[in-house]
Amino acid sequence: MGKLNRDEHHGPEFVTLAHGSGGKAAHELVTRFFLPYFDNPILRTLDDQGVFNIEGRRLALTTDTYVVDPLFFRGGDIGRLSICGTVNDLAVCGARAVYLSAGFVIEEGFSIEKLERILLSMKEAAEEARVAVITADTKVVERGACDGLFINTSGIGELPEGVEISSKLVEAGDVVLVSGNIGEHGIAIISQREGIGFETEIASDCAPLSEMVDAILAVGLRPHAMRDPTRGGLATTLNEIAMASGVEVEIEETLVPVSVPVKSACDLLGFDPFYVANEGKLVAFVPERQAQDTLSIMRENRYGRHAAIIGRVVSKGEARVYMKTKIGGRRFVDMLVGEQFPRIC
Amino acid sequence: MARFTAEFENPDDARLLLGKIKNLAQSCDQERVRFMEVCGTHTVAIFRYGIRELVPRNIRLLSGPGCPVCVTPNSAIDQFIRLSRMQDVIATVFGDMMRVPGSDSTLEVEKATGADVRVVYSSLDALNMARANPDRQVVFFAVGFETTAPTIAATLFAALREGIENFFILPANKLIPPAIRAVLDTEDLALNGLICPGHVSTIIGSRVYEFIPSQYGIGAVVTGFQSSDILYAIYLLLRQIVEGKPHVETQYSRLVSDDGNPDALKIMYRVFEPCDSSWRGLGLIPKSGLKLRGEFSRFDFSNRFDVSTAESSEPEGCLCGEVLRGKKEPHDCALFGSACTPEAPVGACMVTTEGTCQAYYRYREKRS
Repeated sequence: MGKLNRDEHHGPEFVTLAHGSGGKAAHELVTRFFLPYFDNPILRTLDDQGVFNIEGRRLALTTDTYVVDPLFFRGGDIGRLSICGTVNDLAVCGARAVYLSAGFVIEEGFSIEKLERILLSMKEAAEEARVAVITADTKVVERGACDGLFINTSGIGELPEGVEISSKLVEAGDVVLVSGNIGEHGIAIISQREGIGFETEIASDCAPLSEMVDAILAVGLRPHAMRDPTRGGLATTLNEIAMASGVEVEIEETLVPVSVPVKSACDLLGFDPFYVANEGKLVAFVPERQAQDTLSIMRENRYGRHAAIIGRVVSKGEARVYMKTKIGGRRFVDMLVGEQFPRIC
Repeated sequence: MARFTAEFENPDDARLLLGKIKNLAQSCDQERVRFMEVCGTHTVAIFRYGIRELVPRNIRLLSGPGCPVCVTPNSAIDQFIRLSRMQDVIATVFGDMMRVPGSDSTLEVEKATGADVRVVYSSLDALNMARANPDRQVVFFAVGFETTAPTIAATLFAALREGIENFFILPANKLIPPAIRAVLDTEDLALNGLICPGHVSTIIGSRVYEFIPSQYGIGAVVTGFQSSDILYAIYLLLRQIVEGKPHVETQYSRLVSDDGNPDALKIMYRVFEPCDSSWRGLGLIPKSGLKLRGEFSRFDFSNRFDVSTAESSEPEGCLCGEVLRGKKEPHDCALFGSACTPEAPVGACMVTTEGTCQAYYRYREKRS
């Protein structure tokens, strides 16, 4: 079995791209190899951010590294992504991002004009999200040692008093909302990747969610759990929350907002939009009596016009996600397993 | 494009069709009706819409051999893995091929340990790579059915015209009608009708399926991929049983004609000719593969590289072969869901999205 890289007792012998696809392989890499070395109670929660107390104030810290091909895509670029992604990882626990750090790994020969475009877009995204990059680092590596440009950002934010949002806090009866059309980022990226290049107007949804979350919290609404579904799509996020809280979630396919172009592109490629990446969507599990108000506030936000209630938590106990299909069938919805490749035939 | 799909996903139409299906299923006087969907895209669509549990209990939907990655035998995969290890070779493949286990490795593992394996979306991308890397040998793993073969043929035409000398293919394309015949020849399968592929039929047309009713006495319906398409096909197959008149019908007439796409077929058969070919699960099927014709044979990798492999072996305990013939269902396999999952696939049918085992796994009732 050695060559197949899956020795059951010792785990994989080396890292493959499958470990980076956001699904179960990535989860195994983290829990089996990283967690034992860094183990502590905060990390152990495996949330998108670590929450901790300093002198009575509750702070959240998060970090993310951005590697995207192509670097520029309709609706954004790696710069905007690197600000929004980190701001969103803080927002989903209710923390308002305040300060960011940024690290750049740049390939020798990278165009200064492109670099400046990326920096400008970082500046604009940071202004929009009202965060400041207060420390940064650059490294230049030899041609071939990285693909153009990689960016890492970390962010720190403060949690308002009394706000307790975690994927472990979902209750039976909670209503599930999503803040808009799903799958736009993933389709925008793949449609512009070399070799595919099909004609579409689909733009990435890459956006900071901090304002939307602020608005929800400001009127006293208290979602039990929030996440921004990125790699692995809506289906993976719903499963992560279902598992963390041990609940059964039922989604109604007809209620999930998918734009016609994304639906068509998915049909063409053989993709399921529930597994396609987003970069500016909020999934919220809220108490039933707060559902309508949360929906209204999402829809008032410029990035939440197509927000919708898509399902509810049926019961506590079994951790799983079901979908009522458009034609009245019922099926199990799994996490992303493997990676979605365009169909061959 | 959207117009071609949205109107075939109407829940009201689905309810209407399901009602008609129920009536016919009662009057068709058979304890069990067994239909096979030949194509992997249909398998996935049937699960995605939840059709299996909406149709009456006496209708059984079996999955067939229509997944190009799944039917590629280990011997071809082993050869391509050997090729990928060679100095100067850029090995190009469709993404789904990366994780298919050969006898002792996968392309994903080879890539992680140093081989230059690159995922492409089309054979034309592979040819571009050959143009851009004149000092390297670019080999494309040509898998797929009649839908991909014409593009590969066009790629080789371009390569010939431009005199490109560093581009090769490992020809492993396969033809659907001979595979259907092989499935129908499987003992004890007792199928009552076939849901024939939509994409493939846009190229080969519907007339090629005439042998199904005339020689095997069962109906064949060329079918689209939306919910109403599939339900309507089931309705048509049932109606044929009730009326006792099995024949070929085209439900997917918005894209499929009797004769298919003559231009695509012409270029495909200018470059390729049918040859006997090995299928995972179905074994050697006469005239079911495509080999390069005379002037194009210079693009066949085997004229340039010697990659004779030791005996290829199938993974122990894996039932992919039986699953591809409809003889077994994925949960009949002891490896399914335990030793064999999409993260750590043992058999090819678990690797790709359109593989029967992966479809059963992803849409299974409970997390195991």
